[in-house]
Amino acid sequence: MLQVDNLHVIFGHGLDLNHAVKNVSFTVGQGESFGLVGESGSGKSTVLNCIAGLINTWQGEIEIDGERLSHRRPKSFYRKVQMVFQDPYGSLHPRHTVDRTLKESVNIHHLGDANLRVVKVLGEVGLGPQFRFRYPHQLSGGQRQRVAIARALILEPEILLLDEPTSALDVSIQAEILNLLQDISKKRNLTSILVSHDLAVVSHMCDNILVMSQGATVEALSCDQLRSGDIKQRYTRQLLVASKGYDRAAIDQFQDY
Amino acid sequence: MSSTRRWQHWLLSDSPASPFQAAAGRTYLGLAEFLKNRLAVFGLLIIAALILIAFFAPYIAPCDPLVTNLVNRLQPLSAAHYFGTDEVGRDIFSRIVWGSRLTLYVIGLVAIIAAPVGIIIGTVSGYFGGLIDTILMRITDIFLAFPKLILALAFVAALGPGIENAVIAIAITSWPPYARIARGETITIRNGDFIKAIRLQGAGPIRIITGHIMPLCISSLIVRITLDMAGIILTAAGLGFLGLGAQPPSPEWGAMTSTGRAYIIDHWWLITMPGTAIFVVSLAFNLLGDGLREVLDPKSDN
Repeated sequence: MLQVDNLHVIFGHGLDLNHAVKNVSFTVGQGESFGLVGESGSGKSTVLNCIAGLINTWQGEIEIDGERLSHRRPKSFYRKVQMVFQDPYGSLHPRHTVDRTLKESVNIHHLGDANLRVVKVLGEVGLGPQFRFRYPHQLSGGQRQRVAIARALILEPEILLLDEPTSALDVSIQAEILNLLQDISKKRNLTSILVSHDLAVVSHMCDNILVMSQGATVEALSCDQLRSGDIKQRYTRQLLVASKGYDRAAIDQFQDY
Repeated sequence: MSSTRRWQHWLLSDSPASPFQAAAGRTYLGLAEFLKNRLAVFGLLIIAALILIAFFAPYIAPCDPLVTNLVNRLQPLSAAHYFGTDEVGRDIFSRIVWGSRLTLYVIGLVAIIAAPVGIIIGTVSGYFGGLIDTILMRITDIFLAFPKLILALAFVAALGPGIENAVIAIAITSWPPYARIARGETITIRNGDFIKAIRLQGAGPIRIITGHIMPLCISSLIVRITLDMAGIILTAAGLGFLGLGAQPPSPEWGAMTSTGRAYIIDHWWLITMPGTAIFVVSLAFNLLGDGLREVLDPKSDN
C-alpha cells in the first residue's frame, strides 16, 4: 500500500545543514497499522510530513499503491491520505465553527451533501449534533481532537497519518481517543501510520514498528516481538523501560545514543 | 424581562443550532465586552451622531451653506446663527453640518481603497514568502519611504486640487502600513497547524488566504484603520488648509479653518468652530479604535 525507500531529508545549507532523516525505508501493507517510534528529534514526524507533502526537501522514493509520489501533490492525493495533528489546540481554525471546518473539505473536493456528511462523520467520532456549531474554544482538548479526526475522515481516505495524536491530551482522554482510532481503522479498513514516543501506545495500536533515533533506523519489530521482549537493540529496550513510567533507578542507568 | 432572558439564553447557548446562532452569540459577547468600555461607547456615539448629521444635513442645517450675505458678515454667535457667520456672511453652523458629509466621504473612500489593497498585498506577501514577498515588500518600502504629506501634496499638485484627488493621494500613502500589519500577522499564522491541516485537505492558496488567513488579520487591521481615521481626517483637513483639498466654496472643515486664520484675533469663531469639529471627530475615532482593540485583538481571545 505504502512504500518508503531510502528517504533522506536535509534542512538548511552549509553550517546550518541538518540531515534530519537518514536512509529510512519501510513498507506498510493494506489495512495495516504501522508505528514510528523514537524520542524527540529522531525524525519520526519529519518522515510523516514528507509522506503528507508538507515538506519538500526530501530525496528518495515514496510510493502509494505502486504510484510514485512527487514533491507536488495533486488534489486527488488528499482524498487518499489524511493526517491528524499532535496539538488539537493549534490544528483547528479559531474563528471557524466545527461545521465550517468540516464542510470546507467537502467543498474543496465538490463532494456534495455537505450537511449529511458532517452529521454522519460527527456521529462516527462520538460527537453529538449539539457540538456541530460550536467554536473550538467551546470544546475540550479531547473533543477538539475528535473534530480533527472527523476532518481527516470526512474525505474517506485510505491512509491515515497520525502525528502523536494523544500526546497533548490528558491521560484519561488518551485511551478514549486511541480506542476510537482503533475502532475506526478496523471499521473502515484504514491503513495507518502512528508516530509516537510512547512504545506502550504503539504496541497497543500497531502491527509493525520502526524504531528511529537521530534520523536513522534503529530496528524494525513486529508487535509480537515487542510483547515477547525479542528486542535486539539496547536503545529500543531503553525506550520500552521509559514508556513504563518514571523509575529513578532505571533512569539513572540510561545512556545517550 | 422573560423575553430578554430567552434571547440571552439563545445567544449564549452551549450548543447553537445554526451557524447564524453561533455567529450571533459570538457577536453578542464581543458587543458586551465593547459596551463595558465607556469611552469607546462615547466615541461610537459621536461617530453615529456624525453619520446621522451627514445623512440629515438638509433638515438640520438652518441655512444654505453656500449662500453669501455680505450685510451679515462676521456676526458673533447668536440664536439666529448658532456658530456665527464667516467673512462673506455664510452661516458657520450650516457649513459644519454640510461639511460632515465631506469628512465622511473622505474617510470612507480612503478606507475602501487603502484597506483592501493593504490586506491583499500583505497576506499574499506573507503567505507565499520568497521572491513574491521580496518584490511586494520592496514596493511597500518605496511607498513608505515617501513623506506622507509631501507625496500627497505632489500628487494633488500633479492631478490638480480637489477632494477626489486628495482622497486618492491619501489612499496611496496610507496602504503600506496595512500591508505591513497583514504580512506580519500572516507570517505568524501561516505555519500554524490549522493552515497545514487545510493544505492537507487540498485547499489552494486563494481559498487559504481569503478564507483562513484574512479573517484572522482583519480584526487587527480594523483597529489600526479606526485609529488612522483621525490621521486621515487631519491630513484631509491639512490639504484643505493648504488649499489643495476641497475647493471653495465647498464647506470642508480644513478649508474653513484656513480662511478663518485671517480673522483669528477679532473673530475667533471662524477658526474655532470647524477646528473643534475636526478635534471632536478625530478624538471619537481614537476612542472607538481603542475600544475595538480590546474586543477584536486576537491575542485576548474571549
